[in-house]
Amino acid sequence: MELTREEQDMAAGKYGKATQTAMDILITLGEIYGAEKLIDITSVQIAGVSYANLNEPGLSWLENMAQDGKVRVFTTLNPAGMDLEEWRKLAISEEFAENQQRVIEAFGRLGVITTCSCTPYLYGNLPAYGQHISWSESSAVCYANSVLGAKTNREGGPSALSAALVGKTPEYGFHLEENRQPELTVEVKCEVKDTYRFGALGKVLGDRFGKKITYITGIPKASVEELKSFCASYATYGGVALFHMKDITPNRVNKVPDTVETVTEEDMKKALGDLDDETEIDFISLGCPHASLKELEYIAKKLEGKSINPKKEVWITTARPTKQIADRMGFTKLIEDSGAKIAADTCCVVAPIKGRFHGLASDSAKMCYYGSGRNKFAVKLMSMDECLEEALS
Amino acid sequence: MKLTGRKIYKGEATGEALVTKDSISFYGGVDPETGVVVEKGHELEGISINEKILVFPSGKGSTVGSYVIYQMAMTGKGPKALVLNDCEAIVAVGTIISEIPCVDQIDVSKIETGMKLYVDGTNGVVEII
Repeated sequence: MELTREEQDMAAGKYGKATQTAMDILITLGEIYGAEKLIDITSVQIAGVSYANLNEPGLSWLENMAQDGKVRVFTTLNPAGMDLEEWRKLAISEEFAENQQRVIEAFGRLGVITTCSCTPYLYGNLPAYGQHISWSESSAVCYANSVLGAKTNREGGPSALSAALVGKTPEYGFHLEENRQPELTVEVKCEVKDTYRFGALGKVLGDRFGKKITYITGIPKASVEELKSFCASYATYGGVALFHMKDITPNRVNKVPDTVETVTEEDMKKALGDLDDETEIDFISLGCPHASLKELEYIAKKLEGKSINPKKEVWITTARPTKQIADRMGFTKLIEDSGAKIAADTCCVVAPIKGRFHGLASDSAKMCYYGSGRNKFAVKLMSMDECLEEALS
Repeated sequence: MKLTGRKIYKGEATGEALVTKDSISFYGGVDPETGVVVEKGHELEGISINEKILVFPSGKGSTVGSYVIYQMAMTGKGPKALVLNDCEAIVAVGTIISEIPCVDQIDVSKIETGMKLYVDGTNGVVEII
């Protein structure tokens, strides 16, 4: 790779040890993937925040980097393993809470803004069309590339942090226009609406076409909430970083692919059937990806004056700023008076909840995937209304 | 016999080869506290990669895998070096942060478990000795 004088100095350690390690990582990745140079980026989103995933070694690596490292671009953070303020109400152990706080402090020293949300585009980290960014968090990568038209590869935690410390990323993959064109047309022949059915569609496409870049037709409209659910699911089941959706996503399509596949109601039923275990539900998780303000308002109105079954636990995960406005608007009170819990800063994919529950209901196909794989729960994918009815029954 | 590949991470190591034809997911597939492969049905299930020169086709799975490689290296449960057909980002980042010698673009079918290897990460060379 060709490096500028400043980049060579960074690699030689003249800007400190953390920046040198970061350059080491970026140069190696650039060489593996055939990049010719590093390019400037405008923002970073870092995943790998829950202490449950990092453990002591991951944390000690971050603390080492924080000794002399500081981010050079605007950088936000993925959800932690707990609500950073009200972790006790989620029955998180003292020990875990202490370690999770050390992770957040290390990121703080690095100059990372500790938003702790998987939907950075809703909370101040909103790239403009065409901007180069370096994001981890698979659902946000898919949303940024596809829905916003920004450009990022699927980064891991350390490579995203490296990009933040250097302010650059190697130019390969989805940063290059020629790698962003669709390879396959997919005609959706059935009605797709609501977050859970968009999630099911993400599973159908991810299972069938993997990482192939699709050009999707037949979806007349999609809300932000439906698109974030779709991106989360499609990235989970297919490892997808980019898709095109006719009349909905903004990226330029030079030629609609001649190869055409179809998705029918039968395919949707099969995907929904795969996520419909026989089980007694004792845990309902909403807010994967993080619930928007609109979703919190909707849930608050649905739960107003009602009580959830005390044998069932309901977590609605969201970002801190959304929770604060929900507090002001009285949504939090309506929700928590019913017995459901709002958990900010965290999500059920990364929280330490293995062994605590048996049967999970969610409107998120991504949550169902991690609920069954990582946490060994039986899972049911349902609409948000059905999840709330389940909670009340 | 000398096999020439590509440098992923610098450094030298000498040790016994542990070879598998299966890809490895370090997150979830290897127990970081012991270095034992725990993925169900994996060719190396139940076998420790600790102190070995691990020879495998490629990494797979979650990006948290980089931290698992680091965790094993820090607690002395990790492999001495990694030799691969095709090194993707998770393994590459793992070896850089852990400072484990790593070479890829090696025809791993030429190496058998138990062979003594010298890995020269800096020059991208693996020697069967």
